[in-house]
Amino acid sequence: MKAKFDIIQSTCVPLPLENVDTDQIIPARFLKATSRDEKFFGDNLFRDWRFNADNTPKKEFVFNTPAFSAAPSEGVHQILVAGKNFGSGSSREHAAWAIAGYGFRVVISSFFADIHKNNELNNFVLPVVVSEEFLAELFQTIAADPQAQVKVDVPAQTVTNLTTGRSEKFDINGYKKYCLVNALDDIDYLLQQKAEIEKYEASSVRY
Amino acid sequence: MNTLFDKIWDSHVVSLIDDGPTQLYIDRLYCHEVTSPQAFEGLRNRGIKCLRPDKVFCMPDHNTPTHDQDKPIEDPISKTQVDTLAANAAEFGLTHYGMFDKNNGIIHVVGPEKGLSLPGMTIVCGDSHTSTHGAMGAVAFGIGTSEVEMVLASQCILQAKPKSMRINIEGSLGRGVTPKDVALYLMSQITTSGATGYFIEYAGSVVREMTMEGRLTLCNLSIEMGARGGFIAPDEITFAYIKGREYAPKGEAWDKAVAYWSTLRSGDDAVFDKELTFNAADINPMITYGTNPGMGMAIDAAIPSLEGMSETASQSFMKSMDYMGFQPGEKLLGKKVDYVFLGACTNGRIEDFRAFASIANGRHKADNIIAWLVPGSWAVDRQIREEGIDKILEEAGFEIRQPGCSACLAMNDDKIPAGKYSVSTSNRNFEGRQGPKSRTLLASPLVAAAAAVTGVITDPRTLL
Repeated sequence: MKAKFDIIQSTCVPLPLENVDTDQIIPARFLKATSRDEKFFGDNLFRDWRFNADNTPKKEFVFNTPAFSAAPSEGVHQILVAGKNFGSGSSREHAAWAIAGYGFRVVISSFFADIHKNNELNNFVLPVVVSEEFLAELFQTIAADPQAQVKVDVPAQTVTNLTTGRSEKFDINGYKKYCLVNALDDIDYLLQQKAEIEKYEASSVRY
Repeated sequence: MNTLFDKIWDSHVVSLIDDGPTQLYIDRLYCHEVTSPQAFEGLRNRGIKCLRPDKVFCMPDHNTPTHDQDKPIEDPISKTQVDTLAANAAEFGLTHYGMFDKNNGIIHVVGPEKGLSLPGMTIVCGDSHTSTHGAMGAVAFGIGTSEVEMVLASQCILQAKPKSMRINIEGSLGRGVTPKDVALYLMSQITTSGATGYFIEYAGSVVREMTMEGRLTLCNLSIEMGARGGFIAPDEITFAYIKGREYAPKGEAWDKAVAYWSTLRSGDDAVFDKELTFNAADINPMITYGTNPGMGMAIDAAIPSLEGMSETASQSFMKSMDYMGFQPGEKLLGKKVDYVFLGACTNGRIEDFRAFASIANGRHKADNIIAWLVPGSWAVDRQIREEGIDKILEEAGFEIRQPGCSACLAMNDDKIPAGKYSVSTSNRNFEGRQGPKSRTLLASPLVAAAAAVTGVITDPRTLL
């Protein structure tokens, strides 16, 4: 059972790069699993940026720096902040499993690739789209103070940089919001639609 | 309004959720071994069956080795994944084209060539290059594994309706300029996120004159512009391609189908959320220099300088340059290449092999090049042999491998070694895409062939 979404207030992990593609989030060689083992995917999140070929951590990568190396927990590092066009490329849902498996609950960026955005939502990771200005300021805030916190209020659909007080509304449709707040998924919904599906098939299916 | 996209999408709406997504009916689901096991596991956990097994086709392609397919796969994890697909297909009663089966190949090559992907359909697969099937005049798009599970369970998907975009390419393509170059040019112009949120209809004289193989290449790369998908209104070229294929309608059903398919076009009064027009004369043979497919340029051009870039943008750009071992402002012509890869769902079709052979004919593979030529399917392989292309390539020192996704994403043994340069006809040049620290230069089959016979990056127009 997934945790219900309400208000998440946490420190962040910054990744100020644009066009972070899903091949970087989880390289193809980790896609051979046949089960949804989020810990496995989480351990290999950003594998080739985080680790050398001999599996030693790359010291310069943000996840391995002292300020950001603590694993996400209540109020700590639950939010990933990334440059625009996050999650481009491959449709692999393993990328969302890796982000969820690592412990992130929210990803903030100024722009997400479509398929990855859906994949995050289907795995109870909330993609929050903010303005370029909000994002640039947030990167500065975190650079100045790694302990800086952000508050994401799902029912109110607001995201707030608690250091500067800058706050923005973010978009999420009513249906998805209901699903997140109540920890329901789309298949639960679709399975209740059997009569509608059969009605459609009887009247409209060509193939 | 009144676009072809609207027509196809609207005719598949089962219900609309208040302040939410559309429940869309899906005519065809394709499953490969990498993004489906957790979806089948989900069905088992919920204790449900596949709702419409006749609409689902499965085949392994990502992990399959490109040699010795008649023997068991050596990598035990790859083998498990491929075996799991076969077992899931059997358990849920789905058609499965196993490895080394004469029907097998890359899912996006096999679907169109068997007549499984047809005009007016909605088509999905847990693979972003599902946009390929848009060339048939279908609304086809990539989905995640949870969504694969949705379709298996209900033959429907919950999806927000994308906005519509029309891209017109007018004029005639120059000598040595292929559909791959058109796509790489579009990406270089609108970036890899330029069409995010949109479904693209490709139009204009270049597209009307394009063969089906070319259209499949163009639509395949829609996702690399960020688009949900891309498609082309079906026409006589489409109908001629489909006619007689295994799953194509036959007899009276064919006439009815063509009558319906002929109505599938955007109205003269169609209004798109965005419309862009490009001139074919501006398009040259292209090559990429960076680590996303939008970082492309004419093959004889120089890599851009950092001028005018924001701080985050130049940081990302220099990370890319360091990875590739290139400098801003540098030209690539004459640079030494180590590998050449012809294949993938982008350029693994018969025309791509014909194009490659047109340059290889009478020449010889350069000594410094390791070349992997991988047909997109066994059907393509058979046609290569029927046309005698295999003889031309063998005489030129090339070997044809067995079908699969291969070095496009290097899930099998076909990995480009660290630091090596590969001119590849695939779709992505992301860091590590073709193997850890591999360096990919995306290009057309002609550019790949020119590199393969000269050993360096070469303008194919000098060899035609």
